Amino acid sequence: MQGNTACAEGALAAGCNFFGGYPITPSTEIAEHMARRLPKKDGVFVQMEDEIASIATVIGASWTGARAMTATSGPGFSLMMENIGYAVMTETPCVIVNIQRGGPSTGQPTMGAQGDMLQCRFGSHGDYSTIALCPSSVQEMYDLTVKAFNLADRFRVPVFVMSDEVIGHTRERITIPDHVEIVPRRPLEKGTLPFHGGDDGVPGFPEFGRGHGVHVTGLTHDERGYPEATDPHIHETLVRRLVSKVESARHDIADYEVVNPDAETVFVTYGPPTRTVKQVMHDHPDERVGHLHLRIVWPFPERLLKIFTNAKTFIVPEMNMGQIVREVERHTCLPVIRVSKLGGELHTPDELQKLLEGRP
Amino acid sequence: MTFMDWYREDRLPHIYCTGCGNGTVINCTLEAVEQMGWAVDDTVFISGIGCSSRAPGYIKTDSLHTTHGRALAFATGVKLANPRLNVVVFTGDGDLAAIGGNHFIHACRRNVDLTVVCMNNMIYGMTGGQGSPCTPVGAISTTTPYGAVEPVFDLSELAVTAGANYVARWTSYHVKELTKAVKDGLETPGFSFIEALTQCPTAYGRRNKLRQVSDMINYMRTNVILIQKKQRMLERGEAVPEEKIPVGEFVRRNRPAMGVPK
Repeated sequence: MQGNTACAEGALAAGCNFFGGYPITPSTEIAEHMARRLPKKDGVFVQMEDEIASIATVIGASWTGARAMTATSGPGFSLMMENIGYAVMTETPCVIVNIQRGGPSTGQPTMGAQGDMLQCRFGSHGDYSTIALCPSSVQEMYDLTVKAFNLADRFRVPVFVMSDEVIGHTRERITIPDHVEIVPRRPLEKGTLPFHGGDDGVPGFPEFGRGHGVHVTGLTHDERGYPEATDPHIHETLVRRLVSKVESARHDIADYEVVNPDAETVFVTYGPPTRTVKQVMHDHPDERVGHLHLRIVWPFPERLLKIFTNAKTFIVPEMNMGQIVREVERHTCLPVIRVSKLGGELHTPDELQKLLEGRP
Repeated sequence: MTFMDWYREDRLPHIYCTGCGNGTVINCTLEAVEQMGWAVDDTVFISGIGCSSRAPGYIKTDSLHTTHGRALAFATGVKLANPRLNVVVFTGDGDLAAIGGNHFIHACRRNVDLTVVCMNNMIYGMTGGQGSPCTPVGAISTTTPYGAVEPVFDLSELAVTAGANYVARWTSYHVKELTKAVKDGLETPGFSFIEALTQCPTAYGRRNKLRQVSDMINYMRTNVILIQKKQRMLERGEAVPEEKIPVGEFVRRNRPAMGVPK
């Protein structure tokens, strides 16, 4: 199965019943698959006039209780930034898949990249925090898309599946489970204010058409949902809650794989470079070389670096000029080597092996 | 119930200026909704950004106050995901015709079962009186200090051409006609567009020799022409004064629509 198809199938397994999208390479297969499959499952597929409208329909659908998603790539992702901020501010659960390609601008439409990793965290204006999952195989594309829906509903945030052309267009054999766990969003209890965070900072969801009479606005609002755009205390309380409900759960939701925790040299990867590192470690077994593979990159689970108690160096190969390496650098005093690769091709095992051996 | 029962009283006082026409348009819309016999719990008001778009915040129903220009795209998602909900959109000339122009024509084309009430005050009121795509040529705004030079968008004609099932234009002076038009729009399956010309004494009238609210309302009363009368005059070869704004029902038809409840 192709990565993009696995993404769509994972979404369907997770109960996705609304897809709003706009064609863009290299993500289009997801929309095409959903266009075929959703109408037969009583779901809704709608092709919108642009990506701004796509994410808007997804947010609108989510307020009726739908499990809603969209899929895009760099240029469309840039257009979505406005309404991603709206989804954050209004605490609307939704899933946004970005099959990353080379940028800036139109860039390399058919080549893979990891250049939008900071954009998905910081791209919309204002302070906020989000969740980003990064598949490194077709199986993970399926599994992490399912997970994305559950996290979106649990935290009431837009959740990003930050994949890329490499995984999106890879064909691999995968195991589709008979049953996937679906954790629905917690409904708003009657008598509770619709934007009261409660213990975990996540309010219950007041679905439209259920008599909640909820007012949803992108303006700064109080716990009733009413606009209060000039009260410093209300703004600070709201924004700090929006950030902390995600950040405080970063170790709880961390999804990762650790190999050789006693190693001195540790690769930190997410997405496609994970495959190269696995190949290197398969070809040259060496307990002095370790690997931290992150499946959830945002919120960044910095404590995982401390698992490697003997670590002397971290190596971070990325298909960008060094984005997540900044997170590694700011959370360790050890030397961090960035192995940046642009152009759309994966790091080769030899490139990384040379680095380990100190060869030029 | 009366239309007053639809208001969210704990949100008062509202933000509208003295003499603003938006309240009239909201009253007319809620009166039409009330006449439909709709339930508060089954109705959703959606808007973008601007003075007009603050309206849903004063209404008891579920409501979505969205981003600038995007209300119709959000409304499309709500209505397609749950066609049982009655969805009404409030927008303005800047929200709909400028930043939301593309969403507007595609929403008309898709003919999703929505009713859109556009408060066209010919100006950006919320930001203090900048020119909009509906500011008349020659009119003074803060961004057209020497008079607007760009031609005006005819929103109702645009909606007709783009495929809406129901289109009408009235003004905040024509309360009964406007209420009837909104109700006709609510009753028509598919995309209904009601344009309500409305006075903005603060940001428009003040700079355009219409300082009194009554001056603006008089302007709307005397400067309109029923669209059927205009058509008859044209058929007879008579000259129609250029400044006359056509009002009335522009189209009512039954093109296939999306999001109609089964």
